Amino acid sequence: MLNAIVKPAQPSMYRYDEFDSQFVHQRVDQFAGQVARRLSGELTEDQFKPLRLMNGLYLQLHAYMLRIAVPYGTLSSRQMRRLAHIARTYDKDFGHFTTRTNLQFNWIKLVDVPNILRELAEVEMHCIQTSGNCVRNITTDQFAGATDEEIEDPRPLAEILRQWSSLHPEFVFLARKFKIAVGACEKDRAAMLYHDMAVQIVKNEEGRVGYKVMAGGGMGRTPYIAHVMSEFVEREDILAYLEAVLRVYNQDSRRDNIHKQRIKILVNTIGPEEMRRRVAREFEELKRMGTLQLPQDELDRITAYFAAPKFETGLSDAIPDAGPDFANWVQTNVHKHKAPGYAIATITLKTPGQVPGDATADQMDTIADLMDQFSLGEVRVSHEQNLVLPHVRKQDLPAIYAKLKELDFASPNAGLITDIIACPGLDYCDLANARSIPIAQQLAKRFEDLERQHEIGELKIKISGCINACGHHHAGHIGILGVDKKGVEFYQLVLGGSGAEDASIGEIMGPGFGEHEIGDAVERVVDVYLKARRPGERFLDTYRRIGMAPFKDAAYEKEAA
Amino acid sequence: MLTANRLRDGDVLYRKGDGWVLTLAEGDIYPDQASADAALAAATAEVPRNEFVAPYLFEVRDVNGKIVPVKEREIIRAAGPTVHPHTGKQAGQFHA
Amino acid sequence: MTKLIKSGAYAQDGFAPVTDDAPLPDGAVIVSLARFQKEREALLARNTPIGVRLQSHENPELLGADVNHFSLIALEFPKFRDGRAFSWARMLRTRLGFTGEIRAVGDFLYDQVNYQHRVGFDAWEVPDHFTIEMFNQALTEMTNVYQPSADGKKTIRELRADG
Repeated sequence: MLNAIVKPAQPSMYRYDEFDSQFVHQRVDQFAGQVARRLSGELTEDQFKPLRLMNGLYLQLHAYMLRIAVPYGTLSSRQMRRLAHIARTYDKDFGHFTTRTNLQFNWIKLVDVPNILRELAEVEMHCIQTSGNCVRNITTDQFAGATDEEIEDPRPLAEILRQWSSLHPEFVFLARKFKIAVGACEKDRAAMLYHDMAVQIVKNEEGRVGYKVMAGGGMGRTPYIAHVMSEFVEREDILAYLEAVLRVYNQDSRRDNIHKQRIKILVNTIGPEEMRRRVAREFEELKRMGTLQLPQDELDRITAYFAAPKFETGLSDAIPDAGPDFANWVQTNVHKHKAPGYAIATITLKTPGQVPGDATADQMDTIADLMDQFSLGEVRVSHEQNLVLPHVRKQDLPAIYAKLKELDFASPNAGLITDIIACPGLDYCDLANARSIPIAQQLAKRFEDLERQHEIGELKIKISGCINACGHHHAGHIGILGVDKKGVEFYQLVLGGSGAEDASIGEIMGPGFGEHEIGDAVERVVDVYLKARRPGERFLDTYRRIGMAPFKDAAYEKEAA
Repeated sequence: MLTANRLRDGDVLYRKGDGWVLTLAEGDIYPDQASADAALAAATAEVPRNEFVAPYLFEVRDVNGKIVPVKEREIIRAAGPTVHPHTGKQAGQFHA
Repeated sequence: MTKLIKSGAYAQDGFAPVTDDAPLPDGAVIVSLARFQKEREALLARNTPIGVRLQSHENPELLGADVNHFSLIALEFPKFRDGRAFSWARMLRTRLGFTGEIRAVGDFLYDQVNYQHRVGFDAWEVPDHFTIEMFNQALTEMTNVYQPSADGKKTIRELRADG
């Protein structure tokens, strides 16, 4: 039973000072002014659109959609409760966690947005630059600050980048959007190599910590894996280096064809070597100027906000026995924590049959209680549309699991075939060609049997409702792309993609399958894997070994019959 | 038929006469390209009133006496998300 | 019709724009980059100020060592979404050390004026309805900034350190 009166814990995350607070409040007033000018007609829709996009506001199929920033995927319980309140007050009681770890509300009214932004600003949240041709939300590893796999917590750097990129006067009218990810492990849980720019915290041979910078990755119509721009950038140089990349992009990108204006096109057109040369030139100049140098004391100051919480000592390092269902959940959803007696618990928002990544207002409130009671007031959002309680005591895991069962968020499927990523698709999105959520629901129900899920093992299905690839289908072990063929929804299979450190772009199998055939096709593909695999091979490994042909033959076999 | 979104609140609208209604069933059907184009032109000329945005035409057909859009997108837009059947116009929530 | 705003007030535009094929009048003129490259000697030999109007794809480095012969460089926004000129202005003020007038011309929004000001623009060719009050308000909507730019404005980090 949860203690009814739980004092909100103080999470170890950034806290606004009066400058940050004034900044978001002035931004709200600025947007309120823009809304007024739009309603009066002083601004046309064409003029207003980039302004509202830079405050996260889209016009979608049914209504306006508002995308709220969750910087580097970190939320406090107070913020989670505010999101629940907004869901209730201004929307239809639920929200959707996205593949960039933000939160979307689908039924927003333009006239309400200034008030919503004010309510967000009160809890140190905003929608700044969650859309538009500018630097977007900085994302990172959902286990940051909790895992022992990282060199250091990447979130202080992410916070520094958030501030640096906020209303950067030179870079708010880029050729296209610009997505940055930060990581600190060899394991890549943030899909860094698919980002416009990525920063990996590394150590050089002398043991000094610095940054590996990559650029030119991207999903969309033409997926690319990022190229290394620099193997090692010194700590104090990082802002100058990243600004150099952005400057080259802003100056040199095409502006004549919207489908060719991401940095991935620039890097792959001029070649990574030429890109590095241009970046180096800008960087050298910035370094000489000195205004963007990042002093160690500033890095230390920001890092202090994220200092590891006071973990209890003397705790039992054993996970209690609480029955077979609980054990199943531990097996997939609980990960090793750097502090003895602690664990990282993943809340998969993927119960078979549910809309992936959705949470109701009530569920959000209950999760906020869980955060306070069990996770030092903190939760993380992952790009796989799940939530993570980063600092839980092992001895509390049974109580957490019990509460998650009440929420219907206790599916023991993290990383398994039913842990599916899906974009909102044609049910919500103005850009979509096909629905993606019903396919995710259909597949999750089909593969629901837990024994079968474990037999299959790690298999990441990612579903996009259109070529814009917000569902990351290029990076799916099995990716599914919804297309419109003469007014009918068809689903193409894409195999062998990966968004992890072994990044690869999936290969298109062939013509699409109808809504009622796609499930069988996926099942046949999975069966090929189960028959062909060698001990220890995941689906992805078997695919990489045997290639597309056996899967393709099997998938279309029924069609030919 | 002709559809748009209301500027203030994003409501999906369907053209009826020289006004708008909230449900597809009540909207005007243009029997030929000429009348459809004329309706779109009239609506486009009204855009500077800043009441609605992005008017566009879409095709419908008669299916057993019921007017149904040809494209899946318009079917969903007229009714609401298929995955949240308790929301949207399909659930009687004619406003966003 | 357009007006010129400079130093927070309406100003007379002392420069006559000249198309590529028209004869050059006496006095200060603005020409295209193409014309400047074609008639460089003649233009530099004049005793009157010269200005150049750069299109958004024209990198100011194309002016080479001549950059500081210009009293005015007009940077064009063909469409407000084309943000290259923000980088060009910043480059002019920093790398190229340009101290003359950098003028924003073309299609830009009130909401871009503050960013333009930060990266080094100091003059704006605005439509008639754009008032000085609007201009001043544009510069005050956001009191502080997180990152350095050509304007040398103190960043929030520096203000924090000031304590």
